[in-house]
Amino acid sequence: MGLSLRPSGFDELGLRRALADRALPFLVAAMALLASLALAGWDGAAALARHWDQGAGEAVTVQVPQPDEAAVQGPGTRLDRVLAILRGSPGVASANALTDKQLGTLLQPWLGAAGNQLAVPLPAVIAVRLTQSDIDTAPLAARLDAAAPGTLTENHDVWIGRLARLSRSLQACAGMALLLVAAVAAAVIAVATRAGLAARREAIEIVHGLGATDSYIAGRFAGRATMLATTGGVVGALLALPVLLTLALLAAPFAGPAPPPTTPADMLATLPLTLWLALPGLPASAAAIGFLTAQGTVRWWLRRLP
Amino acid sequence: MVRFDSVGLSYASGNGEAAGPEVLHDLSFTLPDGAFRWLLGPSGAGKTSVLRLMYLDVRPTRGRVLVLDTDIGTAPRDALPRLRRRIGVVFQDFRLLSHLSAFDNVALPLRLGGRPEGQIRADVTEMLRWVGLGRKHGARPPELSGGEQQRVAIARSVIARPSLLLADEPTGNLDDAQAQRLMQLFKELNRLGTSVVVATHNDSLVERHPAPALRLESGRLVRQE
Repeated sequence: MGLSLRPSGFDELGLRRALADRALPFLVAAMALLASLALAGWDGAAALARHWDQGAGEAVTVQVPQPDEAAVQGPGTRLDRVLAILRGSPGVASANALTDKQLGTLLQPWLGAAGNQLAVPLPAVIAVRLTQSDIDTAPLAARLDAAAPGTLTENHDVWIGRLARLSRSLQACAGMALLLVAAVAAAVIAVATRAGLAARREAIEIVHGLGATDSYIAGRFAGRATMLATTGGVVGALLALPVLLTLALLAAPFAGPAPPPTTPADMLATLPLTLWLALPGLPASAAAIGFLTAQGTVRWWLRRLP
Repeated sequence: MVRFDSVGLSYASGNGEAAGPEVLHDLSFTLPDGAFRWLLGPSGAGKTSVLRLMYLDVRPTRGRVLVLDTDIGTAPRDALPRLRRRIGVVFQDFRLLSHLSAFDNVALPLRLGGRPEGQIRADVTEMLRWVGLGRKHGARPPELSGGEQQRVAIARSVIARPSLLLADEPTGNLDDAQAQRLMQLFKELNRLGTSVVVATHNDSLVERHPAPALRLESGRLVRQE
């Protein structure tokens, strides 16, 4: 029967000594910490993929060499002509030539502060936003090249595709790492449970002989394993928190121009919501793995008794 | 009722597959409800094997064993725990849980049966007092003498008022007065309807308490009185 009125703490199988209360929580805590890192990797890769898909998916860059020379076709400079064609083309939401200052800022990471004074002739760079990301830019590129020979139209789609594939691969790796960690945690609990079964074999046989059902004995083991695994999960999640916060702080500059967090509340806010939701899930997952593994291991073992 | 029909038993050999030589051969007898039987025979005659079949520790290799009207050869495994709770056993080696107190050892069958803790406390306290261990209810088996451990084992076997009580050399570690007291308890339970089977070498005990007997020799039933 499911209802048992035995006093709490009554340990008829002697599991307090058989299922070690230090080694198992320690190992599960290590697994939970690894799982949290894998989750952070998963979440980071997913965020990158979203950022690239939404932000850069509709962007095209056009480079016009010798922008100030006269256009081959029509009036004005080569730059004016290219801009006119771009702005008159269907599917183009906006087309803006970068100023010298913007171009200098763009090149600064590679050329340093002296980039503006370089004697090298720089092409004009036009940032183009498309109304949709799947527009074929090849005909437009041909028209621009005809109007101003040497003009390069670089569609970011190819790069976006590569980066998206990369981020999906990273996500898959993180997912596999997560599954592996769960499998190792289950294996650790199964080994500990089997050691407990071997250590308490005589007690189990006596209790079984007195009429204990498989579910009763499995329940006693599962209760103990669940408690130890949950303890490990809580410790692992608490240890993971400062590690994840540090990683989030390091990653914050890449997410946007927001000022660096100064107050503790700001620091906590740098951790994505999904991770805040996932952290309490670690002890819960550890508990579920502990319960199911111990139940399965004990029930399988008990089949050898009549 | 307990009934054996042409029962043979062999234990699995060490490798866990091939069956070893038969230790019981063609045993047939019936114990009606409320019967009392001595189980007699020299060492190695098969008394313990007969008891093991009766307390569902093994299933027969051939033939049919009915225990409390359940065929234990064909009963599904999950039907056996409930049946075991109706059987009390006094083991030769006591089989007490050494990490539990005498009280908790005796209380175990009641707790497995889901009895309320208040009733358990009253019943176990009374039972321990009856077997003369009222003051040692908190002692663990390693702290008790052989005779005291045997009395804890006896108390555990009868605490749940079993329908079938099996005892393997229950007086082995008891003095004469305690053995007499134990027989009084078994007879009282038998009078209240419990079937009792006692395996023993103690001839004087059998003489003082005459009752029908099953006599075994080399795994065969040689006499049924």
